[in-house]
Amino acid sequence: MPLLYPLLLSSALFGIGLYGVLARRNAVLMLLGVELMLNAVNLNLVAFDAWFADALHTGQVLTLFTIALAAAEIGLGLAIILALFRAFRTVDVDEVGA
Amino acid sequence: MSLTELVFIVFAVIAIGSAVLSMTARQLVHSALWLVVTLGAVAGCFVLMTAEFVAWVQVLVYVGAVVVLVIFALMLTRQSAATTAEVTGNRWVAAGLGVVAAGGLGATMVAGFRGERIEGRQIGTAGSIGDALFNEWVLPFEILSGVLLAALIGAIVISRSGSDR
Repeated sequence: MPLLYPLLLSSALFGIGLYGVLARRNAVLMLLGVELMLNAVNLNLVAFDAWFADALHTGQVLTLFTIALAAAEIGLGLAIILALFRAFRTVDVDEVGA
Repeated sequence: MSLTELVFIVFAVIAIGSAVLSMTARQLVHSALWLVVTLGAVAGCFVLMTAEFVAWVQVLVYVGAVVVLVIFALMLTRQSAATTAEVTGNRWVAAGLGVVAAGGLGATMVAGFRGERIEGRQIGTAGSIGDALFNEWVLPFEILSGVLLAALIGAIVISRSGSDR
Protein backbone atom coordinates (compact mmCIF):
# COMPACT_ATOMS: atom_id res chain seq x y z
CA MET A 1 0.00 0.00 0.00
CA PRO A 2 1.40 3.45 -0.82
CA LEU A 3 2.42 5.33 2.30
CA LEU A 4 0.59 8.39 0.97
CA TYR A 5 -2.91 6.94 1.44
CA PRO A 6 -2.90 6.97 5.26
CA LEU A 7 -0.93 10.23 5.33
CA LEU A 8 -3.43 12.04 3.13
CA LEU A 9 -6.34 10.56 5.09
CA SER A 10 -4.82 11.84 8.32
CA SER A 11 -4.25 15.29 6.79
CA ALA A 12 -7.92 15.47 5.81
CA LEU A 13 -9.11 14.28 9.23
CA PHE A 14 -6.86 16.85 10.92
CA GLY A 15 -8.31 19.64 8.80
CA ILE A 16 -11.88 18.55 9.56
CA GLY A 17 -11.09 18.34 13.27
CA LEU A 18 -9.55 21.82 13.18
CA TYR A 19 -12.71 23.14 11.56
CA GLY A 20 -14.78 21.46 14.28
CA VAL A 21 -12.73 22.97 17.10
CA LEU A 22 -12.93 26.46 15.62
CA ALA A 23 -16.50 26.49 14.34
CA ARG A 24 -18.66 24.63 16.85
CA ARG A 25 -20.13 26.61 19.73
CA ASN A 26 -20.88 23.63 21.96
CA ALA A 27 -17.89 22.86 24.17
CA VAL A 28 -18.53 19.10 24.01
CA LEU A 29 -18.35 19.21 20.22
CA MET A 30 -15.11 21.17 20.41
CA LEU A 31 -13.73 18.24 22.39
CA LEU A 32 -14.96 15.90 19.64
CA GLY A 33 -12.92 17.94 17.16
CA VAL A 34 -9.85 17.50 19.35
CA GLU A 35 -10.48 13.75 19.39
CA LEU A 36 -10.64 13.76 15.60
CA MET A 37 -7.30 15.59 15.40
CA LEU A 38 -5.74 13.09 17.84
CA ASN A 39 -7.01 10.27 15.65
CA ALA A 40 -5.33 11.83 12.64
CA VAL A 41 -2.06 11.86 14.59
CA ASN A 42 -2.56 8.21 15.56
CA LEU A 43 -3.06 7.32 11.90
CA ASN A 44 0.23 9.02 11.05
CA LEU A 45 2.07 7.19 13.85
CA VAL A 46 0.78 3.79 12.77
CA ALA A 47 1.52 4.50 9.10
CA PHE A 48 5.14 5.47 9.78
CA ASP A 49 5.56 2.51 12.14
CA ALA A 50 4.39 0.12 9.43
CA TRP A 51 6.60 1.89 6.87
CA PHE A 52 9.74 1.60 9.02
CA ALA A 53 8.90 -2.04 9.91
CA ASP A 54 10.23 -1.14 13.35
CA ALA A 55 11.04 -4.20 15.44
CA LEU A 56 10.37 -2.21 18.63
CA HIS A 57 6.96 -1.03 17.33
CA THR A 58 7.75 2.49 18.52
CA GLY A 59 4.93 4.11 16.56
CA GLN A 60 2.26 1.66 17.61
CA VAL A 61 3.27 1.78 21.27
CA LEU A 62 3.19 5.58 21.10
CA THR A 63 -0.27 5.29 19.52
CA LEU A 64 -1.43 3.25 22.52
CA PHE A 65 -0.06 5.95 24.83
CA THR A 66 -1.83 8.63 22.79
CA ILE A 67 -5.13 6.74 23.00
CA ALA A 68 -4.77 6.45 26.79
CA LEU A 69 -3.91 10.15 27.07
CA ALA A 70 -6.90 11.03 24.87
CA ALA A 71 -9.14 9.05 27.20
CA ALA A 72 -7.70 10.92 30.20
CA GLU A 73 -8.06 14.21 28.35
CA ILE A 74 -11.71 13.68 27.47
CA GLY A 75 -12.54 12.56 31.01
CA LEU A 76 -10.97 15.69 32.46
CA GLY A 77 -12.38 17.91 29.70
CA LEU A 78 -15.92 16.67 30.24
CA ALA A 79 -15.55 17.22 34.00
CA ILE A 80 -14.52 20.82 33.29
CA ILE A 81 -17.47 21.23 30.90
CA LEU A 82 -19.85 19.90 33.56
CA ALA A 83 -18.47 22.41 36.07
CA LEU A 84 -18.88 25.11 33.40
CA PHE A 85 -22.48 24.04 32.83
CA ARG A 86 -23.20 24.18 36.54
CA ALA A 87 -21.76 27.67 36.84
CA PHE A 88 -23.24 29.27 33.70
CA ARG A 89 -26.18 26.94 32.77
CA THR A 90 -24.79 26.76 29.25
CA VAL A 91 -21.96 25.10 27.39
CA ASP A 92 -22.03 27.63 24.55
CA VAL A 93 -18.48 28.94 24.42
CA ASP A 94 -19.61 32.25 22.93
CA GLU A 95 -21.81 33.06 25.91
CA VAL A 96 -19.58 31.83 28.72
CA GLY A 97 -17.77 34.67 30.43
CA ALA A 98 -19.41 37.33 28.27
CA MET B 1 -4.39 -1.79 -7.37
CA SER B 2 -4.55 -4.53 -4.80
CA LEU B 3 -7.56 -5.46 -2.71
CA THR B 4 -5.96 -3.94 0.39
CA GLU B 5 -5.62 -0.56 -1.28
CA LEU B 6 -9.20 -0.70 -2.54
CA VAL B 7 -10.57 -1.51 0.93
CA PHE B 8 -8.37 1.19 2.45
CA ILE B 9 -9.76 3.78 0.04
CA VAL B 10 -13.32 2.71 0.90
CA PHE B 11 -12.55 3.08 4.62
CA ALA B 12 -10.89 6.45 4.00
CA VAL B 13 -13.91 7.78 2.11
CA ILE B 14 -16.21 6.56 4.90
CA ALA B 15 -13.97 8.16 7.54
CA ILE B 16 -13.76 11.54 5.81
CA GLY B 17 -17.46 11.65 4.92
CA SER B 18 -18.64 10.76 8.42
CA ALA B 19 -16.12 13.17 9.95
CA VAL B 20 -17.55 16.01 7.87
CA LEU B 21 -21.08 14.98 8.86
CA SER B 22 -20.01 14.73 12.49
CA MET B 23 -18.57 18.24 12.49
CA THR B 24 -21.53 19.80 10.64
CA ALA B 25 -24.54 17.92 12.04
CA ARG B 26 -27.06 20.17 13.76
CA GLN B 27 -28.23 17.51 16.21
CA LEU B 28 -25.57 17.09 18.90
CA VAL B 29 -26.22 13.36 19.39
CA HIS B 30 -25.98 12.78 15.63
CA SER B 31 -22.59 14.41 15.79
CA ALA B 32 -21.40 11.92 18.42
CA LEU B 33 -22.87 8.97 16.50
CA TRP B 34 -21.20 10.00 13.23
CA LEU B 35 -17.95 10.16 15.17
CA VAL B 36 -18.45 6.46 15.98
CA VAL B 37 -18.51 5.74 12.25
CA THR B 38 -15.33 7.78 11.72
CA LEU B 39 -13.45 6.06 14.54
CA GLY B 40 -14.59 2.64 13.35
CA ALA B 41 -13.38 3.37 9.83
CA VAL B 42 -10.03 4.54 11.19
CA ALA B 43 -9.83 1.27 13.17
CA GLY B 44 -10.35 -0.56 9.87
CA CYS B 45 -7.48 1.45 8.38
CA PHE B 46 -5.30 0.37 11.33
CA VAL B 47 -6.06 -3.27 10.56
CA LEU B 48 -5.13 -2.75 6.91
CA MET B 49 -1.82 -1.20 8.02
CA THR B 50 -1.01 -4.42 9.96
CA ALA B 51 -1.68 -2.79 13.37
CA GLU B 52 -4.38 -5.13 14.59
CA PHE B 53 -3.82 -4.66 18.32
CA VAL B 54 -4.02 -0.87 18.01
CA ALA B 55 -7.20 -1.31 16.00
CA TRP B 56 -8.84 -3.29 18.79
CA VAL B 57 -7.70 -0.81 21.41
CA GLN B 58 -9.19 1.94 19.23
CA VAL B 59 -12.53 0.11 19.11
CA LEU B 60 -12.51 -0.60 22.85
CA VAL B 61 -11.34 2.77 24.14
CA TYR B 62 -12.66 5.24 21.57
CA VAL B 63 -15.83 3.68 20.25
CA GLY B 64 -16.61 2.01 23.55
CA ALA B 65 -15.62 4.45 26.25
CA VAL B 66 -14.97 7.91 24.83
CA VAL B 67 -18.15 8.16 22.77
CA VAL B 68 -20.27 6.90 25.68
CA LEU B 69 -18.67 9.59 27.87
CA VAL B 70 -19.43 12.23 25.25
CA ILE B 71 -23.07 11.14 24.96
CA PHE B 72 -23.34 11.23 28.76
CA ALA B 73 -21.97 14.77 28.74
CA LEU B 74 -24.38 15.81 25.97
CA MET B 75 -27.31 14.51 28.01
CA LEU B 76 -26.12 16.09 31.26
CA THR B 77 -25.61 19.49 29.63
CA ARG B 78 -28.88 19.49 27.73
CA GLN B 79 -29.90 23.08 27.15
CA SER B 80 -33.26 24.70 26.77
CA ALA B 81 -35.14 24.23 23.51
CA ALA B 82 -34.19 27.72 22.35
CA THR B 83 -30.64 26.84 21.44
CA THR B 84 -28.92 29.21 19.12
CA ALA B 85 -27.18 28.25 15.89
CA GLU B 86 -24.72 25.47 16.45
CA VAL B 87 -21.82 27.10 14.66
CA THR B 88 -20.10 30.37 15.37
CA GLY B 89 -20.30 33.31 13.01
CA ASN B 90 -16.75 32.80 11.81
CA ARG B 91 -17.41 29.34 10.42
CA TRP B 92 -16.09 30.28 6.99
CA VAL B 93 -12.82 31.45 8.51
CA ALA B 94 -12.69 28.13 10.38
CA ALA B 95 -13.45 26.19 7.20
CA GLY B 96 -10.75 28.11 5.34
CA LEU B 97 -8.21 27.39 8.08
CA GLY B 98 -9.17 23.72 8.05
CA VAL B 99 -8.73 23.50 4.30
CA VAL B 100 -5.40 25.34 4.49
CA ALA B 101 -4.16 23.02 7.26
CA ALA B 102 -5.26 19.88 5.42
CA GLY B 103 -3.85 21.13 2.12
CA GLY B 104 -0.56 22.20 3.65
CA LEU B 105 -0.09 18.94 5.50
CA GLY B 106 -1.13 16.93 2.45
CA ALA B 107 1.26 18.83 0.18
CA THR B 108 4.10 18.26 2.66
CA MET B 109 3.31 14.54 2.75
CA VAL B 110 3.20 14.31 -1.04
CA ALA B 111 6.48 16.19 -1.36
CA GLY B 112 8.22 14.09 1.27
CA PHE B 113 6.89 10.56 0.87
CA ARG B 114 5.73 10.16 -2.72
CA GLY B 115 6.44 6.66 -3.98
CA GLU B 116 7.13 5.07 -0.59
CA ARG B 117 5.23 1.89 0.14
CA ILE B 118 4.13 0.06 3.28
CA GLU B 119 5.32 -3.53 2.97
CA GLY B 120 3.77 -4.90 6.15
CA ARG B 121 6.77 -6.91 7.30
CA GLN B 122 6.17 -6.34 11.04
CA ILE B 123 2.65 -7.33 12.02
CA GLY B 124 1.50 -5.54 15.17
CA THR B 125 -0.11 -8.49 16.94
CA ALA B 126 -0.96 -8.36 20.62
CA GLY B 127 2.09 -10.54 21.32
CA SER B 128 4.63 -8.38 19.53
CA ILE B 129 3.15 -5.12 20.88
CA GLY B 130 3.13 -6.59 24.39
CA ASP B 131 6.78 -7.64 24.01
CA ALA B 132 7.77 -4.15 22.90
CA LEU B 133 5.63 -2.48 25.57
CA PHE B 134 6.87 -4.46 28.54
CA ASN B 135 10.48 -4.93 27.45
CA GLU B 136 11.38 -1.53 26.05
CA TRP B 137 8.67 0.93 27.06
CA VAL B 138 8.00 0.00 30.69
CA LEU B 139 8.93 3.37 32.19
CA PRO B 140 6.63 5.45 29.92
CA PHE B 141 3.91 2.89 30.57
CA GLU B 142 4.23 3.33 34.34
CA ILE B 143 4.33 7.12 34.03
CA LEU B 144 1.17 6.91 31.91
CA SER B 145 -0.60 4.99 34.66
CA GLY B 146 0.30 7.83 37.03
CA VAL B 147 -1.10 10.35 34.56
CA LEU B 148 -4.33 8.36 34.27
CA LEU B 149 -4.67 8.24 38.06
CA ALA B 150 -4.10 12.00 38.30
CA ALA B 151 -6.67 12.66 35.55
CA LEU B 152 -9.17 10.39 37.31
CA ILE B 153 -8.77 12.14 40.66
CA GLY B 154 -8.85 15.54 38.95
CA ALA B 155 -12.06 14.68 37.11
CA ILE B 156 -13.72 13.55 40.34
CA VAL B 157 -12.64 16.68 42.22
CA ILE B 158 -13.73 19.05 39.45
CA SER B 159 -17.09 17.44 38.75
CA ARG B 160 -18.06 17.05 42.41
CA SER B 161 -20.95 19.32 43.28
CA GLY B 162 -19.47 22.48 44.70
CA SER B 163 -21.99 23.07 47.49
CA ASP B 164 -19.63 21.96 50.26
CA ARG B 165 -16.85 24.35 49.35
